[in-house]
Amino acid sequence: MRATFVASEVGHGLRRNLTMTLAVVITVAVSLGLFGGALLLRAQVSTMKDFWYDKVEVSIFLCSRGSDAASCSGGAVTQAQRDQIRTDLESLKPLVDTIFYESQADAYKHFQEQFANSPIADNVRESALPESFRVKLSDPTKYEVVASAFAGRPGVEQVNDQRQILDKFFRLLGGLQAIALAIAVLMLIVTVLLIVNTMRVAAFSRRRETSIMRLVGASNFYIQLPFLLEAAFAAAAGAILAIFALVLTKGILVDQVIAPSFQFTSFVGWDAVFWIAPVMLITGILLAGSAAFFTLRKYLRV
Amino acid sequence: MILFDHVTKLYPSQQRPALDEVSVEIEKGEFVFLVGPSGSGKSTFLRLILREERPTQGSVWVAGKELGHLSNWKIPYFRRQIGTVFQDFRLLPNKTVTENVAFALEVIGKPKAHINKVVPEVLEVVGLEGKENRRPDELSGGEQQRVAIARAFVNRPMLLIADEPTGNLDPGTSVGIMQLLDRLNRLGTTVVMSTHDSAIVDQMRRRVIELEGGHLVRDQSRGVYGYAQ
Repeated sequence: MRATFVASEVGHGLRRNLTMTLAVVITVAVSLGLFGGALLLRAQVSTMKDFWYDKVEVSIFLCSRGSDAASCSGGAVTQAQRDQIRTDLESLKPLVDTIFYESQADAYKHFQEQFANSPIADNVRESALPESFRVKLSDPTKYEVVASAFAGRPGVEQVNDQRQILDKFFRLLGGLQAIALAIAVLMLIVTVLLIVNTMRVAAFSRRRETSIMRLVGASNFYIQLPFLLEAAFAAAAGAILAIFALVLTKGILVDQVIAPSFQFTSFVGWDAVFWIAPVMLITGILLAGSAAFFTLRKYLRV
Repeated sequence: MILFDHVTKLYPSQQRPALDEVSVEIEKGEFVFLVGPSGSGKSTFLRLILREERPTQGSVWVAGKELGHLSNWKIPYFRRQIGTVFQDFRLLPNKTVTENVAFALEVIGKPKAHINKVVPEVLEVVGLEGKENRRPDELSGGEQQRVAIARAFVNRPMLLIADEPTGNLDPGTSVGIMQLLDRLNRLGTTVVMSTHDSAIVDQMRRRVIELEGGHLVRDQSRGVYGYAQ
């Protein structure tokens, strides 16, 4: 194997097919960029889930005087009912992690803080706000256990899971991610088709060389290697462009534009970029290499 | 060196076989002319030797190997033992004489030092000293064919296949090429050459194998071109 000879063949081939090479580089960059973007979005969703599921609570609102739910027909919650609920919650440990009781007075105070400087705050009286148990679960997905135990029991007006509100939001992000992935897959298919055609043209434009190589007994590997390396080179160049775009997305779009405006949540870290980048590079090279390999098997037969 | 054992070759799209039950043996060191009209099966005969085609029936043996059982990955190594020359020279137009010959060695992974040593040697054998840095379009047809022969011979093959090597050359130039092939044959290389050139065949008086319509119609040592009636 003569490395310098193969290298000069590759350089020659890349220059000869410059426009096709550029087309491959760009489509690889766009498709891998979308692919990497979809992976980054996925990492973002999982970061947000970790962040938010850690904070969400199940709220058990108790009946107050004005409640009109069926379970509140006996009027406001009694002390006995309240104690029973607390005891039952205690018995659900370790699923129930912490229990926090918010009285009507506390609820009123929080409400005033939350809507300070707003006319709503003046219109709400303390008796209109329900008292509640705020329960944090060790496993937030097991909300149903708590809901079935307390929903509809006398003295309980409503059981609310904050997670359900978040899930709608996460479903939206998941949808975006699916769309990005679908476009990425489509673009990757386009990339493969383009590489197949590029290899056909390259094999055709060098049929004189390859036919002589066959005649003098060059191995298939040696005949195909320059073509394979060309495809891999173009793919690697495209992947590096895409990784560059991903780094810019994380460093500028996420860290400097989005994150300062949405300080209530956490954002994906550089660790995600560090594993997505090699995935993109390897995907690009493997895809281009195998597309080239199977095309050449057809067009450069012994 | 070469043995055809009841070889029939039928191409998929054709009714009549290109070769029909051909059996022939060529010994090591022989010089054999393959003659016959166009479409008689000469090219198929040569392609079978090079294992560019497989026989439909029968078996082809070259250099002790039954080509039907040669696995695909071994074919390149098998072809390194055979030199090939064509009517249209098949040189690379953007490479010099030296580079064209060196190409054949580069692509089978020979070391640079070896190439630098054997290429000038073989160019001297074929009589191209002083033209090493010319490109093919700066050479006459005869000289181009000498480059092709140098490329075929540089790896010192046991067998040289020449498919109408003088087909594009004028008679005077052809004589020079035939003298060169004769010299390579005397160096121990088996030569199988297809041709339409009766003058050459008559003059050389070597073994003649004649094909017609895929049949072997004549196999004559020290033969001439148009002998069979």
